Amino acid sequence: MSLELRNVGWNAGFKKIISDVSLRVTRGEFLGVIGPNGSGKTSMMSVLGGIRAPSTGQALLGDQPMKKIGRRNLARHIGFVEQQADTIDRITVRDAVALGRTPYLSLLTPWSGHDDAIVCEALASVEMGPFADRMWHTLSGGEKQRVHIARALTQQPDFLLLDEPTNHLDIHHQLGLLELVRALPVTVVAALHDLNHAAMFCDRIAMMDGGKLIALGTPEQILTSQNLRDVFGVAADIEIDDQGRCHIRYHAGSQKTGPIKKDRVA
Amino acid sequence: MFETSPVQQPVQPPRQSLAGRAYLVRAGVSLGALILLVGVIAMAAAKGETHIPLGTVLQTIANHLWQAGYDVDPIDAGIIWNYRISRAMVAAACGASLALSGAVLQALLRNSLADPYLLGISAGASTGAVSVAILGFGAGMVSLSLGAFVGALVAFGFVALLAIPAGRGAGAIILAGVAGSQLFNALTSFIVTKAATADEARGVMFWLLGNLSGVRWPDVYLALPVAVIGLLGCLWYSRALDAFTFGVESAASLGVPVRRVYVVLIAIAASMTAVMVSIVGAIGFVGLVIPHAARFFVGTRHGFLLPASALIGAVFLVAADIVSRIILDGQVLPIGVITALIGAPAFAIILCHGRVLR
Repeated sequence: MSLELRNVGWNAGFKKIISDVSLRVTRGEFLGVIGPNGSGKTSMMSVLGGIRAPSTGQALLGDQPMKKIGRRNLARHIGFVEQQADTIDRITVRDAVALGRTPYLSLLTPWSGHDDAIVCEALASVEMGPFADRMWHTLSGGEKQRVHIARALTQQPDFLLLDEPTNHLDIHHQLGLLELVRALPVTVVAALHDLNHAAMFCDRIAMMDGGKLIALGTPEQILTSQNLRDVFGVAADIEIDDQGRCHIRYHAGSQKTGPIKKDRVA
Repeated sequence: MFETSPVQQPVQPPRQSLAGRAYLVRAGVSLGALILLVGVIAMAAAKGETHIPLGTVLQTIANHLWQAGYDVDPIDAGIIWNYRISRAMVAAACGASLALSGAVLQALLRNSLADPYLLGISAGASTGAVSVAILGFGAGMVSLSLGAFVGALVAFGFVALLAIPAGRGAGAIILAGVAGSQLFNALTSFIVTKAATADEARGVMFWLLGNLSGVRWPDVYLALPVAVIGLLGCLWYSRALDAFTFGVESAASLGVPVRRVYVVLIAIAASMTAVMVSIVGAIGFVGLVIPHAARFFVGTRHGFLLPASALIGAVFLVAADIVSRIILDGQVLPIGVITALIGAPAFAIILCHGRVLR
């Protein structure tokens, strides 16, 4: 099973948001997606997740166009966690996670003990087991994000797509969440804001700018001083430690040294 | 720091199988509400200007349903069967439909304030019905319903079109709904003022606040099937509605065909509202308050919430109709006045307790 975009473009109305993106997700990897605000990360992720149909090009799952596979079948292979999905409904953590079984349920196959077991297992794998009967609105941001991931896991996906999963979390929870995701036995594609996190956790990094995928490679190949200046408009030194990992050190006042990037609305 | 290896923690299994617990809750609440509904319909048949003992009511019903052959005064029997039972049945169907529409719209639009009244559907249905009744595009029940139906769809189309450039958000659609309601209420007033005679105008105004007088069996044959089919249609999509808990994108990622669900369910909600408004006029607050009350009893899962909303809505409207008939001696209040008088404080209580909106 593979996940692939071929020359994909997506338009919002007449406005091109992403164009000509080609990308093949390798089984078992942790693929990071980076880029400035408005570079098309979220749009690319939602095409990759089958939530939006590409305006041009093809999105494929296992060499079949997603259009032919159908929403319900897609949802059994791809789990998607959006940025900041919240609800005012009074539901328990267990109920929120149970929603992930939606693509497997129908009138003929109603909820069963098997589904209960999958929900418990997913809760355990994000270390939220003891929270099963808590109400959703009593959870902290980091706990909510874990529950979302558990919900995606109950879809029993081959691919887990995360759109900026660490937004609004403190540093302790950011690292905890990424470590947890990395340890999960699924292929992960995550849009990340923090480039040091991308360097720490990703096997490969896809870099987007202006709606295009401009580079794809290992963290050492992508995270260079040159790229950071050209794409993000910041000055930084890259240090490589003895384990071959990159560390990025930003310079204060760096906005003046590089070309100033306009902050586009996503 | 968190452990990097997946740690197996014991997760308490649910106290009882979720399916089993859910079934018990549903069975209990449904049975209770059904008994309550039958009871309140029997009450509605007994209460009124002339009080008829409950025993006579039951005998009359038995006579009609399975020719039981009880000896009942034919005048009493006529009042019970031809006036009060039919009226209570329509009230029940109407309450159920409005509450269902509210529950569905609240789930789809992710907004606790959504209801057919606020989204302009009721106002549009009124305009449509009034144009048929006063401007006279054909006569009879079907054409009035058709007028209301077309009016409802036009109004909702208008609201939806207004909401899209305003940002598609749940807030935008509510504001667009307010604008739409105002516009279509103004159109209704315009038509009434321009074309109606004084008598017609009085009748229409009474009807716009909700009026169950003059409801007979043919209305039941229209209202009841619409309510039942509407309930089944919504129930078919109950899992899809659950999937909207975290919004549209999240529903899509759970495999829900979002566009189809939107179109079908909004069409069902608009149709139910349109038919009910065409029979009894615009009755407010039922679609807004009842789903919140139902959530309080059975939670947010739509498999339970939808039937519970329908039953509670039915009971509420039949009870409101009883009150509207007996509260003033020798006079019938428009039922919309009662629902608003009860609904507004009830909604205020819900708001203040923060049980719904937090």
